Amino acid sequence: MTAITADLIPERDLTHGRNPTLLFLTDVWVLLKRAIARIRNEPETLMDVTIMPVIFILMFTYVFGGAIGLPGGGSYHEYLIGGMLGMGLAQTAPGVAVALVTDMSTGLMDRFRSLPMSRWAVLIARSIAELLTQMISTVIVVCLGLAIGWRVHTNVGDVALALALVLLFGYAFAWAGILLGMVLRSPEAAQQLGFVLFLPLTFVSSAFVPTQGMPGWLQPVANWNPMSAIAAACRHLFGNPNPASMVHAWPMEHPELAVVAWSVGMLLVFAPLAVRKYRRKVAG
Amino acid sequence: MSETPAIEAVGLIKNYGKTKALAGFDLVVPQGTVYGLLGPNGAGKTTAVRVFATLLRPDGGRAQVLGLDVDKQAAQVRRAIGLTGQYAALDEYLSGRANLVMIGQLSRLTLAAAKRRADELLERFDLTEAANRAVKTYSGGMRRRLDLSASLIGQPTVLFLDEPTTGLDPNARAMMWEIVRGLAADGTTVLLTTQYLEEADQLAARIAVIDDGRVIAEGTSDELKSSVGGELLEISLAPGQDLQAAIIALKPYAAGDVKQQDESSLSLPVAPTDGLTTQVVRALDGAGVLVNDVTIHRASLDDVFFSLTGHPTEEGSDAA
Repeated sequence: MTAITADLIPERDLTHGRNPTLLFLTDVWVLLKRAIARIRNEPETLMDVTIMPVIFILMFTYVFGGAIGLPGGGSYHEYLIGGMLGMGLAQTAPGVAVALVTDMSTGLMDRFRSLPMSRWAVLIARSIAELLTQMISTVIVVCLGLAIGWRVHTNVGDVALALALVLLFGYAFAWAGILLGMVLRSPEAAQQLGFVLFLPLTFVSSAFVPTQGMPGWLQPVANWNPMSAIAAACRHLFGNPNPASMVHAWPMEHPELAVVAWSVGMLLVFAPLAVRKYRRKVAG
Repeated sequence: MSETPAIEAVGLIKNYGKTKALAGFDLVVPQGTVYGLLGPNGAGKTTAVRVFATLLRPDGGRAQVLGLDVDKQAAQVRRAIGLTGQYAALDEYLSGRANLVMIGQLSRLTLAAAKRRADELLERFDLTEAANRAVKTYSGGMRRRLDLSASLIGQPTVLFLDEPTTGLDPNARAMMWEIVRGLAADGTTVLLTTQYLEEADQLAARIAVIDDGRVIAEGTSDELKSSVGGELLEISLAPGQDLQAAIIALKPYAAGDVKQQDESSLSLPVAPTDGLTTQVVRALDGAGVLVNDVTIHRASLDDVFFSLTGHPTEEGSDAA
């Protein structure tokens, strides 16, 4: 088995014989380090998840916010943050697609595939890297929210649950991005399709405006939109104004369950599809 | 061990839809040599390398690296090979050293060994000064050297170099050639694909000429050149001349077949001798044929191709 390389590399320098699970985790860690180094070397690549939420928060708070009335009353500043958390997550999906498509087009993916490394580590590491990006985005939204007057009116348990839901939801979205990355061929296409897909997804939801003001035919779409579910769940758990609680639609009546259902559903659909596409590319 | 070829392919077939990228591809590469795959774009060179490097599953036939099946024993094959493709497969935003350490660890080296090997390779390929700079600041030649370092970090026994000098300036190309010679001297088996006869001539002990997914000729550089004669004489006749008379007149000077290129031009492989052009022109004049132009040039890939296939090389779609 080791005869191929044993004469060239001393055994103590090799990790071949070690526990496969440990090797897999090492591969994931090495690739994760790569993603983190990338962020450290070029922080501007995170602009879409760091600057964008800031622009949106400021714009909606100080430009549009005054014109948006909330059914049931309450502060728009407090209303906005739940929606912004969801938007911050959706914003990361095009980025993960771009990163994967770039690795494909530069041949780096081929190099990985010609190495004796674990194949799944590539996708797993990418999904975890996205989760880290989403955490950064979440921290920024929370901090800016606190600065503009958003407050939490519940207990630590509810806040922890809200953040856990945010990350679960974000992780599911990361796999949507990975699937996009497997399907598309150029980084530009990934960037543009991301924009075309995720912007309407965020806007046709209760992320920025209550769905009650939308035309009747659009309301069911918005109420069943996963972005509305995460926004409503956050508002509910933070004790913020949540007009969606008055809407008679299952996801708005049970937003936390709806977030879990959407997240698990997206993971069950997107992850196997992404893995299948990846496998097909691997098999040629 | 020594009898096992480094690479062996028997009747490999790979189709992309209706395109036959490999159509019964046979190859035997002995261990410890530099072997050249020579052919135009779309001939199937890259496809063959991708099959050997476990990136593509063949539709038919079998391929082995060091006696290991590239399909069924892919994991073991990957431990023995290194691959440098046509584009520098690196992370642009990481430093050169970080790229090497990453690939080293993924090649199943310990972190300490990966760091040590990275520094050795950076030194060896004259990249130490740029080691901590992001790869996107590197020149084309530096990228190729780093890319090659990355494929060497796991100490491969068999190295695939897919068009390693395409797009490089002459200096960078010469440097790359030196590196490949050094690797061969170390005993690494190198399978090199190229579109340039000169490159194969400079580096490879044996060459396989590829066309339409098949090996159409195989041998040492000298053997292949002798099949087209080493030098090629191209003769343009005035319009409307008797081509058959010209061919008969040229036969005694040809080291191979006299070929008709179009209605008024002929080519023939020749053994270079003093006064050859004078003799050829006299012979044609004696046959009553009017000559417009005579040129001599060294055998090129085009000539080898033309000689072997009867059709010129085409810049076709690359079936990669």
